[in-house]
Amino acid sequence: MQLAAQLASFLVPGRALFFLIHLIGIACFSYIVAQRLVPLMRGERDFRFDQPWVRLGRVLKYWLGQWKQPRYRAAGTLHIFIFAGFLVLAIRAFSVLIVGVSPNFVPPGLSGRAGDVYGVITDYAATIVFLCMLIAVIRRLVFKPARYAVPAKYGKGHTADAIFLLSLIALLMLADSFFTAAKAAAQVRQGQPVEVLAALSLPWMIRNALVSTSLPTLGRMYFGAYFVHELTFYFLLCYRPFGIQFHVETSLFNIYFAKLDREILKPVRWGISDTQLDQVKSFGIKTFEDFTWKHMLDFYSCADCGRCSDQCPANAVGRPLSPRFITIKARDYSFAHYPVFGREKKGTALIGSIYSQDEIWSCTTCGACEQECPLLVEYIDKIVDLRRGMIDEGNVPQSLQKPLKALESRGNPYGKMEKKKADWASATEFQQTCRVKTLDHPNGAETLYFVDSITSFDDRMQSIGRATAKILSHVGENFGILGAAERDSGHEVRRFGEETLFMALRDHNVEAIKTSGVRRIVTADPHAYNALKHDYKDVPPVEHISQVIAREVESGKISFHPVENKNDVYTYHDPCYLGRHNQIYDEPRDVLDAIPGLKRVEMSRCRDRSFCCGGGGLMLFYEPKEEQRMGVKRVRMAAEAGASVIVTTCPFCMVNIEDAIKVAGMEGKMTVIDLTELVDRQVIRECPNAIEERAGEIKECVMASSHILK
Amino acid sequence: MEILVCIRRVPDTSENEIELNSAGNDIERDALVYSINEPDNYAVEEALQIVAKIGGSVTVATVGGEDDEEVLRREMAMGANHGVLIADEAFSGSDGRGIATILKAFVQKGHYDLILTGVQAEDGGAQIGGMLAAMLDYPFASLVNSIEVLEGQKLKISREIEGGNRELNEIDLPCVLSIQTGINEPRYVGMRGIRQVATVPIPTLSTTELGISANTVGESAAKVQRVDYFVPSPGNGAEILHGSREENIDKVLELVAAKGGLK
Repeated sequence: MQLAAQLASFLVPGRALFFLIHLIGIACFSYIVAQRLVPLMRGERDFRFDQPWVRLGRVLKYWLGQWKQPRYRAAGTLHIFIFAGFLVLAIRAFSVLIVGVSPNFVPPGLSGRAGDVYGVITDYAATIVFLCMLIAVIRRLVFKPARYAVPAKYGKGHTADAIFLLSLIALLMLADSFFTAAKAAAQVRQGQPVEVLAALSLPWMIRNALVSTSLPTLGRMYFGAYFVHELTFYFLLCYRPFGIQFHVETSLFNIYFAKLDREILKPVRWGISDTQLDQVKSFGIKTFEDFTWKHMLDFYSCADCGRCSDQCPANAVGRPLSPRFITIKARDYSFAHYPVFGREKKGTALIGSIYSQDEIWSCTTCGACEQECPLLVEYIDKIVDLRRGMIDEGNVPQSLQKPLKALESRGNPYGKMEKKKADWASATEFQQTCRVKTLDHPNGAETLYFVDSITSFDDRMQSIGRATAKILSHVGENFGILGAAERDSGHEVRRFGEETLFMALRDHNVEAIKTSGVRRIVTADPHAYNALKHDYKDVPPVEHISQVIAREVESGKISFHPVENKNDVYTYHDPCYLGRHNQIYDEPRDVLDAIPGLKRVEMSRCRDRSFCCGGGGLMLFYEPKEEQRMGVKRVRMAAEAGASVIVTTCPFCMVNIEDAIKVAGMEGKMTVIDLTELVDRQVIRECPNAIEERAGEIKECVMASSHILK
Repeated sequence: MEILVCIRRVPDTSENEIELNSAGNDIERDALVYSINEPDNYAVEEALQIVAKIGGSVTVATVGGEDDEEVLRREMAMGANHGVLIADEAFSGSDGRGIATILKAFVQKGHYDLILTGVQAEDGGAQIGGMLAAMLDYPFASLVNSIEVLEGQKLKISREIEGGNRELNEIDLPCVLSIQTGINEPRYVGMRGIRQVATVPIPTLSTTELGISANTVGESAAKVQRVDYFVPSPGNGAEILHGSREENIDKVLELVAAKGGLK
């Protein structure tokens, strides 16, 4: 012990200096963080303090468990190692800092054997982090993953800054290892019982290199390593809040305060009810301070990993939108207007300065960015809030003004007359097989089929309506439609920022639904589904038709003829608002797999990584600036997967994909069909409801159909 | 600059299916939706942009009935400072000259440097602007697609002429201009904006306030009278396709190919 004290005494001459560095370091960090909190105090309210247990659970999953990291295999693995290393080294870092002032300090519980074990773990942790830094630098310099690149329009690249920070961490690890190694080497030289060092770890290697060094030199090294460690530690601490590494400090909070119910859009103002909205002077985000404090925390927390933009379909087709830079530009704005040193600067409107109108209209709210972000940064709420601001100022592209006006006066974006809403159901041929009731009085039916605008009015999509109605009547559902009383669900109206118009549409529909007295709602449109499920309140439970079909396939009410063309290869395209936003991935696939002889492949981007086909609702009217259509890209992905038939469950996907097949010149090679149309085509109509009772007949049915195939 | 924009409420052609009534003397007006006459909307936007640049105020006025207040409010939600409804039983059945007479009386009650109209009403004849200018003895320019305010009570305006060409003119104020669509991009007005101006009072002026004698306006004074409404019967060489969309597309392709339009 005496000799250990002797070693520790190497540090004694520096005590005052180290103490001073501690003080300055901590003071600087506190000051910087306090300055960084200033804009958060100016931001809008945001209620993120409820359900602490759920939030802690998410911290365990997304922060401690690094849940989203492995979605990018290489970078994710690297990050998990670095993160784990940092966690292990955190206690050590603090104890080392204290050692500078109190040389014999040992963290409580870490003396003796426990200390040795912890020592071995930290040796490896430091080594792993050091190696990870080297790999990360090599990735940045040699492999240069495309998603890290900064397009010229967004400013200079961030590589230099990233490498600078990575090098500092490597230096920190190196200094720490030297510090440990010098002490161990001195112990060896003095014939002391040697501190256990992990074999092949960085400190172990350095110690082995130092065993022949003289004691005074080792002393100086010990002192020097400590000094470098301390300086680097505090420099990093104080430098991180100026750039991408601030997430080291903020990520825990960002994940704790992350939105719990992502499907539900942010209200115009937290704590203001719909009826009070008329008193609100300004809607949406116009200036930086209109962001909520949590949105600002998002800006600080972004690690610039580029995964959001890598997944963003708008970015992929060259629209002027990259979610990563929505965040980075806001962060730069925040740093420039709320500087750590110097006075606050008066801000300007965000649209026209850091964001362009086209940029904000380019988003399809598909949610791919949010699905990917390891730090749970939110985008859709910000985009919608920025749009609310533009709507409030009257900044709306002419192409969107007409459909919005038509929605206001006619309740649908096409300006069609209300009385024609049920025309799709009155086609003579269809009426002979299936009669659709219009629910104009209470208790007319058990179930409401909510059709929504596109399926009601678009010639092509009406076929989806008819197929849905036929399926519902096939399974014996007592259902009807609202007809002229149904207005657009308003799903895109809301996501395009026209909250007031949305509320009018919603209130009208809620009233009509209540009047009809139905007990449940079914729709074949994922956008309507999402609106009814999450944007509406006090309406009966809602299901998407694919859920109904899957259940009835299971129950035996629906069974299928084998597919006729055995050469067709099917693939399922997940609509954003059925998949990512509502996690309905399996039901449509289960239905497809229940069709005998149907060959199905998956596209590389499927399920929660599905690639948006171009967006629905009002997005069909918007004329984006883009290099190619999202749909074309999507159709090519299907071709790459070896598919010849794309199955989807959304009328908007149908519009976009059908157009894309033509644009890509793939007519004849690729077709698209809605799940309802496919089911309507394949369903065995003569077959009984209950398999058990009439199994023989089913067998006959199948035999008969296989005969046809031969 | 004090600007008056004369506006009008018309059936929205993009959101209605216009049909003749059974008597054949008007269109079927049940279940029609109305909106601001589109060129008028551009005129109001232009007025707002001028005022934003050099100051002043914008007044919107319409000759009509209670229902027409809706378009006044919409334009006020856009930013027009005042709205005036010019309504009187005596006005009903006025021809273009009658409307111009009413507007002239209104203009003379105020002090306007510039009077704008839309290039034409969607259900009208592009006549009011010119007649109003003549009655007021103001200079007039039609089909205006850009306005620049010059020093000394003058405007530099460009007019759209045949073949997409433009003609530049200087015009003295006060004057009347009829505004072509495309001169600007009118801002969006949502329900919220309209709701915010819902309680702003809109004065209603009648013959007495305007000092118009009832026999100079209205049906009795009209020298142009509508005698019929009809859909022209297809002439020779015109063919209307009645099939489904797919059938029509095939038919069109066939027809174009038959005429040598597709090779």
